[in-house]
Amino acid sequence: MTAVQIIFIVVAAVTLGAAIMVVTTRKLLHAAIWLILTLFGVAIFYVLLNAGFLAVAQVVIYIGAIAILMIFAIMLTRQLAIDIGPQVNRGWPWALLISLLLFGSLIWLFSNWSGVSTELPTLSSRVDPLRELGVSLVSPNAYVIPFELVSVLLLAALIGSIIVAWPRKENED
Amino acid sequence: MIPLSWYLIFAAALFCIGLYGVLARKNAIAILMGIELMLNAVNINLVAFWRYRAPDMIAGQAWAVMVFAVAAAEVAVGLALFISIYRTRKTIAADEINLMKW
Repeated sequence: MTAVQIIFIVVAAVTLGAAIMVVTTRKLLHAAIWLILTLFGVAIFYVLLNAGFLAVAQVVIYIGAIAILMIFAIMLTRQLAIDIGPQVNRGWPWALLISLLLFGSLIWLFSNWSGVSTELPTLSSRVDPLRELGVSLVSPNAYVIPFELVSVLLLAALIGSIIVAWPRKENED
Repeated sequence: MIPLSWYLIFAAALFCIGLYGVLARKNAIAILMGIELMLNAVNINLVAFWRYRAPDMIAGQAWAVMVFAVAAAEVAVGLALFISIYRTRKTIAADEINLMKW
């Protein structure tokens, strides 16, 4: 067993444990902090997979923006009753059963697929994945249209969330 | 060297944990957290398949960037909705939000 494999197993165990804490812990604020730990673990996997840009973007976007936004929303909607009562709905055994079934069938699919034993190809030293990613996002032959669509989507989400969360006067209309 | 199957099993486990969170949790913000876990699992799969199966095509990483942007948009709109609902109903438990049910 090599050092990289040991790192993988440790990071995977910590990440999955934190993910289980996210969905089971009682206090929502603690769940948000476990979520941050999970997102860090995923960022380490991006580093192991030679996707440096995604690792940095994971830390900046997910941890720096999304997780902090969630903590803000949790604090804005704080209510005593929410932390005391049961945190799961009545059908939670079904939810557990469905997730375990899905996990089992995914593992069964992988075990029947021959491509799962693909050897790790070496990245040729001539091409830089970061540069290639940047060029492909703005090149007309690659992904410029999805890239622009995503920017429009982000703008729409920005305006939409401002309008939705705008405090409304009661007797305005 | 790490086998591809380790990444796939890890991503499958993360996806199923997120699915459980989405289906079982009562609080709407906790449901959003479950969705984040599922999106992260999908992203790991995209990048792992790019690295192992097609390292000379950058498509896997490019789509992971799209998933990042969609996740950010989804969280922004979702949290704005929850804050708006909290203002009118004083709750964000998913089974008590029934304004559109009749």
